[in-house]
Amino acid sequence: MVNSPVPEPSSGVPRPSARPGAPGPSAEAPATGPSRAEVPATPADIEAQLAGSLDGKSSSWLREALAEAERAPGEAAWELYFASAGRHCGRTAAGDVRVLLLHAAGAGTATLSRLYRQGTAAERAAVLRALPYLPTGATPEALPLVEDALRANDTTLVAAAVGPYAGVHLDPHGWRHAVLKCLFAGVPLDAVAGLSRRARGDAELARMLGDFAHERTAAGRHVPADLNRALRLTGHHPEGRPYAAGTTGATEATGTTEATGTTDAAEATDSADAPVHPPEEF
Amino acid sequence: MRIFDPHIHMTSRTTDDYTAMYEAGVRALVEPSFWLGQPRTSPGSFYDYFDSLLGWEPFRAAQHGIAHHCTIALNPKEAGDARCVPVLDELPRYLVKDGVVAVGEIGYDSMTPAEDTALAAQLQLAADHGLPALVHTPHRDKAAGLRRTLDVLRESVLPPERVLLDHLNEATVDEAAASGCWLGFSIYPDTKMDEQRMVRLLRLHGTQRVLVNSAADWGRSDPLKTRAVGDAMLDAGFTDDEVDQVLWRNPVAFYGQSGRLEPDLSEASAAPPTYEGNSILRGGE
Repeated sequence: MVNSPVPEPSSGVPRPSARPGAPGPSAEAPATGPSRAEVPATPADIEAQLAGSLDGKSSSWLREALAEAERAPGEAAWELYFASAGRHCGRTAAGDVRVLLLHAAGAGTATLSRLYRQGTAAERAAVLRALPYLPTGATPEALPLVEDALRANDTTLVAAAVGPYAGVHLDPHGWRHAVLKCLFAGVPLDAVAGLSRRARGDAELARMLGDFAHERTAAGRHVPADLNRALRLTGHHPEGRPYAAGTTGATEATGTTEATGTTDAAEATDSADAPVHPPEEF
Repeated sequence: MRIFDPHIHMTSRTTDDYTAMYEAGVRALVEPSFWLGQPRTSPGSFYDYFDSLLGWEPFRAAQHGIAHHCTIALNPKEAGDARCVPVLDELPRYLVKDGVVAVGEIGYDSMTPAEDTALAAQLQLAADHGLPALVHTPHRDKAAGLRRTLDVLRESVLPPERVLLDHLNEATVDEAAASGCWLGFSIYPDTKMDEQRMVRLLRLHGTQRVLVNSAADWGRSDPLKTRAVGDAMLDAGFTDDEVDQVLWRNPVAFYGQSGRLEPDLSEASAAPPTYEGNSILRGGE
C-alpha cells in the first residue's frame, strides 16, 4: 500500500501520557485509534507544562531566552540559549526548552539543518521534535535530518526521528525500516507517530515483522512485545496468531501462548525480563 | 566507594570496560579530547570526534550508568601540525555546549612556537567561555615543560584555581603545587605513576586539590586504576572521607567551576519514557 504524505495539522510531538504501572497492552489504543505519539500538543501546552517543573531562576532565564529568540531570530544570540539550555534548566527540561526556542525563532530549514549538523545529541533530538511546529514541518525539506538520525545508534535520536514529521513525510520503505529499527534497538513503538494509520493494511510491513520474528525465534531469542502490536495493526498476520514474546526455545510459538490465555501475559513477561541495557544490535 | 575518573579516553575502550568501571564504583567521568595515535589530516576529522564526545559516547556511558562529560581543544600533539590548526577557529561553537566542562587537553608536547600559540589562545578561550582548563604536561623533558607551562599560565587571564595540571609525578609535583593550580596524576600500569607511588605523594602533599585519573586510552592502560588508588589509600590508613575527597569531591569541585557538571545521572533517568533521557532504554512501558 502507499501512504500519501498528507500533513496532519493535529499532529504533535510525543507527550508522556502513560506511566509505568498503567494498564498494560490490553488497554492500549485500538488499531483504529491514535498511538500515544500522536497526542496533540502545542508550544503553549509545552510551555505550560514546563512552568511547573522550572524554578524561579530557570523560568526567568527561559523568558529572557524566548524574548531574545522572538526579537532577533536572525542573529546568533538566541542560539547560545539553545546550546546552554541544559545547564540553565536541567537536562530533563532542556529538550522542551529547545523546542520552544526553535518555535519562538521561527527557525527555517537552513537554520534547523545547521543546528542539527553542529548539535550535540540532545540538540539534534530537539530539532527533530520541533519540526511539527515549524513551517519546515509541512515540507519534505528536513528529511535528510530524519534519515541521519535513523542511521544513528543513539536510541534517543531514533525515537526523536520517528515523530509526527516522519509519520507524514517518510516514504513507505524508509518508514518500515524505521519501525523495524525501533524494534531492533528497543525503542518503544509508542514513539512512532502515525503507527496505526500507516501500519494499517501494510502487507509489506507485516512480512518484514514476520521475518524478523522468525529470525528471533530460530535463534532462541526474544521477540519484542511491540512486534505483535505492530503486526496486529497491519491486519496481516502470517501465522494467524501472535508470536510468543519471551520465547527462549528454538521453536516457534506453540500452544504455550494460548495456554497462558492472552498475548498480554506474554508481553508482560517480556517487559519484566527486559534487560537493563538495550540490545546493542542495529 | 564512588569514583569520578577526571581523565579517561572512553572512545578507545570497550563496553566490558564500562561494565567493569561501574562495578568498581565509577559513576562519572570526563573524557578529554586528545589525539588518536594516528595523526589526523584535516579539521573535519576533529569535528566528527568532538561530535562523538557530545553525542555517542555520553549515550554509551549512560547505558552503563555512568555520567559522561568532556573537554574540547586542539591537543598538544597536533597543535604543531599546520593541517590541524584551523580547528582553533571552530572551537568556540563547541565550547558553549552543555557537556563541555573544560578546555583541554592543552599544553606542550615538543615545546615549539606553534604550541606556544595554541596554548595561549586556548587559555584565553577558556576564560572567554567561563571554563577551567585541563593542561597536559609533556612526557619528554617534563620539568622544563612544566616551567614553560607555568610561565604561559602566569601571562594568561586564567587564575590558577581554574587550571588542572595533569600527568604530574615526583619530579614536578612541588613546583606545580606552589603554582596554586589543581594537581592531576595519571596512574598507569608501567609508566607515569603507580598507585603505591601515588599513596606516598598523598602522604607528603595531602589530599587537597589532588585528582587521580586512569588516563586510559588506546595504549597499555587500565580504566580501574582509580579504584586501585582508592584501595591502596585505605590500605595505607587513609580514611573513607579522604578517599572520597580525592576520587569524587575534588574532580566535582574542579570541573564544577564550569557550571555545567551533572555528575549524577538520576535526573536524566527520571525523564519520561518516550522522551530524551536514558529511561527510554529500559525497554518501554
